[in-house]
Amino acid sequence: MSASVLYDAPGPKAVVRNRIYAVVGSLAIVVLIAVSIMRLADKGHLAPEMWDIFNYAGIRQNIADAVLATLKAFGLAAVGSLVLGVLLAVGRLSDHKPIRWVATTFIELFRSLPLLITIYAIWVGFLTDYSMWALAAGLSVYNGCVQAEVLRAGINSVPKGQSEAAYALGMSKTQVMTTVLMPQAIRSMLPTIISQLVVTLKDTSLGFIILYPELLQTARLIASNTQVNGQYPYVSTIVVIGTIYIAMCLLLSALATWIEKRGRRAKTGIKVAPGVQTADIPTVEDIPGPRAGGAGGAGPTVDGGAGAGVTKD
Amino acid sequence: MNVLLDNFPAFRDGFIGTVSITAVSSLIALVLGVVVAGFRVSPVPPLRYFGTAWVTLMRNTPLTLLFLIFFFVVPEILFPGMSPFVLGSLALGFYTSSFVCEAVRSGINTVPLGQAEAARSIGMTFAQTLQIVVLPQATRTVIPPLSSIFIALTKNSAIAGAFSNAELFGWQKLMSDKGYDIVPVFIWVAIGYLIITFTISGLFRLLERRMEVAR
Repeated sequence: MSASVLYDAPGPKAVVRNRIYAVVGSLAIVVLIAVSIMRLADKGHLAPEMWDIFNYAGIRQNIADAVLATLKAFGLAAVGSLVLGVLLAVGRLSDHKPIRWVATTFIELFRSLPLLITIYAIWVGFLTDYSMWALAAGLSVYNGCVQAEVLRAGINSVPKGQSEAAYALGMSKTQVMTTVLMPQAIRSMLPTIISQLVVTLKDTSLGFIILYPELLQTARLIASNTQVNGQYPYVSTIVVIGTIYIAMCLLLSALATWIEKRGRRAKTGIKVAPGVQTADIPTVEDIPGPRAGGAGGAGPTVDGGAGAGVTKD
Repeated sequence: MNVLLDNFPAFRDGFIGTVSITAVSSLIALVLGVVVAGFRVSPVPPLRYFGTAWVTLMRNTPLTLLFLIFFFVVPEILFPGMSPFVLGSLALGFYTSSFVCEAVRSGINTVPLGQAEAARSIGMTFAQTLQIVVLPQATRTVIPPLSSIFIALTKNSAIAGAFSNAELFGWQKLMSDKGYDIVPVFIWVAIGYLIITFTISGLFRLLERRMEVAR
């Protein structure tokens, strides 16, 4: 259902009313923002000196190092989580019961624990002096479990005929998985995988708590070590660092959307699932898996349930 | 073993702290999420833009950064000396509201087209259509994703523990600072969280079954 189904095309009266709402709503938002800015300005947080600190080479170097540190942890975690995800997904789909049980228990346990608890335990217990590795390991374990579930959903959505045909050709189990199922699963789940990578990138900020010098920790250090006009420049630092974070995440999200659109255009293969960024723990059920719409894929991509009255009644 | 027995009062306080911050912030997230979802489908363009901007901004901000904003910027705007519990639950609630909003919006999208058309053709306004016809029906599809959103919220509440709130992560930190072995501490905290998350998913399953009978 597109939004416009919820209301009629506005008549003259409704147009006036909507305009009034629009003006009142925008005014309310503008006033809210203006009051916040004024309050901040009153307390001297918007003074030019507060922002001048970002002209110092030292602080710029700090921020550049911090971006690099964040990206390093993110890169390690991304690779780690993808490798672990593939292993766990294959393990969970294995024909051998013990392997399946181990993989399932691992996934269910670490997916339902707060990431912070895991990272902290790894840091204190094993890698006290290597906070980067502790952060990357924690992120890999948690996101690996999520990626495994995503991949499993992808593998399950490959039409059964594909693996049957592969077996009929005499391929081994490994060959079927690596040459037939995995490539299609990865292709269809790529947007979701990348959305989860955005979550991983956001979660590198937990390094703040184990004192890994990534962006947020650096922000805190900058803000608490510099004093301008007798105040600590928390507001300006948070604005600058926040912008960097949001820009990085938006870039990665945009990549997911782009791949999703590109996948929609393709006329062959199974459908590409939309890149949903769920609330950190997508389960197989709430990943809108691609419907196994074999070759042609002609079925119009029904977003939600625009398919009229046939929805899940 | 005696990590728990020796420090049981602190553990109990931490457990209660986690439960209460989860409860308060999920209430905030629910109310705010539904309102913003209403904005996103409303006939007034600026409200729609606001809704979209809200969701994009909140979803692409790391929660830890949001906590920093709430602990260092918001008190300056409102008034200094707000309690960490209030600030923590606001940050969690705001962050989660964007996920709730998206869940509600996709729930609205699954309500059959004819329902809203019928509502409109008997002369209902936008607000009436949404309140009386569409949202009640969307509830059923929204409940399963809401369950996982609230479980994620419970897990995210651990971050509040790092910002001077008394809850389970705070207990873990305290115990490891006191020099206890991290493994049993980790296990107890894990059990604490598992109890809460299982309760939430159980409650939602119950709710789901109730709703199904009603249909």
